[in-house]
Amino acid sequence: MPNPIPQPAMPQPAIAPPVERENYLNAKYGVWSWLLTTDHKRIALLYLLSITFFFFIGGFFALLIRLELLTPAGDLVQADTYNKLFTMHGMVMVFFFLIPSIPAVLGNFLVPMMIGAKDLAFPRINLLSWYLYIIGGVMMLHCMLTGGVDTGWTFYAPFSTNFTNTKIVEAGLAIFVAGFSSILTGLNFVVTIHRMRAPGMTWSRLPLFIWAHYATSIIQLLGTPVVAVTIVLVAAERALHLGIFDPKLGGDPLLFQHLFWFYSHPAVYIMILPSMGVVTEIIACFSRKRIFGYSFVAFSSIAIAVFGFLVWAHHMFVAGMSVYAALVFSLLSYAVAVPSAIKVFNWTATLYKGSIHYDAPMLYAFGFLGLFTIGGLTGLFLSALGINVHVTDTYFVVAHFHYIMVGGAVMGYLGGMHFWWPKISGKLYPEGWARLAALIVFIGFNLTFFPQFLLGYMGMPRRYYDYSHMPEFQILNVLSTAGATVLGVGYLLPMVYFLWSMRYGKPAPDNPWNAAGLEWKTPSPPPTFNFDEEPVVTWEAYNYDELDSPDKGAPHKEEVPVAR
Amino acid sequence: MSEHSNSAHAKSPLKMYFSIWAALLICTYITYKAAFIELGSFNAAVALGIATLKATLVALFFMHVWHASEKLTKLVVIAALFFLLLLLGLTMTDYATRPWS
Repeated sequence: MPNPIPQPAMPQPAIAPPVERENYLNAKYGVWSWLLTTDHKRIALLYLLSITFFFFIGGFFALLIRLELLTPAGDLVQADTYNKLFTMHGMVMVFFFLIPSIPAVLGNFLVPMMIGAKDLAFPRINLLSWYLYIIGGVMMLHCMLTGGVDTGWTFYAPFSTNFTNTKIVEAGLAIFVAGFSSILTGLNFVVTIHRMRAPGMTWSRLPLFIWAHYATSIIQLLGTPVVAVTIVLVAAERALHLGIFDPKLGGDPLLFQHLFWFYSHPAVYIMILPSMGVVTEIIACFSRKRIFGYSFVAFSSIAIAVFGFLVWAHHMFVAGMSVYAALVFSLLSYAVAVPSAIKVFNWTATLYKGSIHYDAPMLYAFGFLGLFTIGGLTGLFLSALGINVHVTDTYFVVAHFHYIMVGGAVMGYLGGMHFWWPKISGKLYPEGWARLAALIVFIGFNLTFFPQFLLGYMGMPRRYYDYSHMPEFQILNVLSTAGATVLGVGYLLPMVYFLWSMRYGKPAPDNPWNAAGLEWKTPSPPPTFNFDEEPVVTWEAYNYDELDSPDKGAPHKEEVPVAR
Repeated sequence: MSEHSNSAHAKSPLKMYFSIWAALLICTYITYKAAFIELGSFNAAVALGIATLKATLVALFFMHVWHASEKLTKLVVIAALFFLLLLLGLTMTDYATRPWS
């Protein structure tokens, strides 16, 4: 059954006004039908609301940071406040936005649908993961409102264990709890992907989005417990004076960094791998081609997940670790670039001679390609011991990881939101505005972060609130702050028109992009159990040549939302 | 976890759980006593050894890895051990090669 009939339950003669068919959004009403739901699609929406909330909190902190840096003197906030601002910005964005962003929203929504399942393997655990996230989030908010933390999001010992008197334990606990939410999501995905694929959905037919989420889940499952333990150790040393990181008590401060980065480096791949999965889907659809080198793209996800665990000490080259170990980690850090490059080359090869359409999701995917490549290549600069020593703790590092996390992960997230919004909401978003927003985000992002590469190379250290001894840095900082404003507008726009489209948008057809994939073979929005009957997969992934062949009916452009 | 009720420990799970619990308590007591014996750097080794034994017991019996029929369970256990090895091994590349310590 390669192409199930789109809407089998519709009444045939349309005399009465069209009755909206039952879907996951209108199946039940009321607050409790949401708060006690076990439907993966509704939980995805709960996550969407919550991470958007935290995104704007983190963004607010970022705005204050950029405003402070507009002038060389430290004139907007006190030094202590500034320390808390960048700490809370990092903690909120990393643990409460980026890590759950694509997996918990798009992954939650799409993983079961893409493999032809009714739900995730453990629907209640899925709901539990959202509650853990909310509990962690409330604890984090409470910590923020009662004083915050000033260590940087990295909690480095001995500052965190012996010196600062801010709310370390509270923030640590919040992250500890939120970490379990991430573990549960990963667990759910691994079991679901192993056990609940529809008949015919073999591993080699899985969409690459699924492969990316599988790799992400491995990191979430195996890495997150380590950071949880590390936080407990910090709390134990603070409260009970156990000798873990303090040399006076027989500990070693670098042990903290080893343990912390063992998770927190792979955590970067928790953010970027799902984004790569999204971009793969988008590029295949808007090039109308099977993805080039399917198995290479699939296994490079797994390779990134594994190699990602071998490189953490490149965060510690100047911390006083063994130079021989630094050599090993430098070499291994180069190795992780290989699977990433495999992906970029395969995406490019997919574009080659493709029938490319410049719809909004594709614009975000293009943005991702460029920005991720810049972020990745500057990562190689940082893997090189010599350059690393020169630019450690400068804005070069800040620019590098924002190119990966914001330019990569958030671009992919927004691209995915646009791509699947018709499926999620059942409504079409305004395509013109969406393209404009994609352009604004791209320009704003580069204006914000490219000057930071230059600043860092010139030697401006990160985490300083006052650079009045170096007033020549101001022009680049002004550019960066201006860019942040543009970027802010670019992020607000989608929120506005997505909300607008929920009420005023045109109803979306089941498959507005004429895309391959099981999630498009079910109505928009999907019914509670996703499929009216269990799908049987008899085709390969990304069979765009079959979809576009003349006897298969409508060519791509006819159903696309906006006339061009 | 609900699908392998046919495994061997279904005979008398309570008895098994209590005996494992007793074994864990005994191990804890040994750890406590061993801490008062002066063994130099072996004190830590003994404590860690006992802790590893306890963790193994918990994983095998309380977490049902023993008799697990699922290949996925085994895969997860092996992967977890492998990544633990990475954590310890690569961290030791630092501690074992510091020229000044």
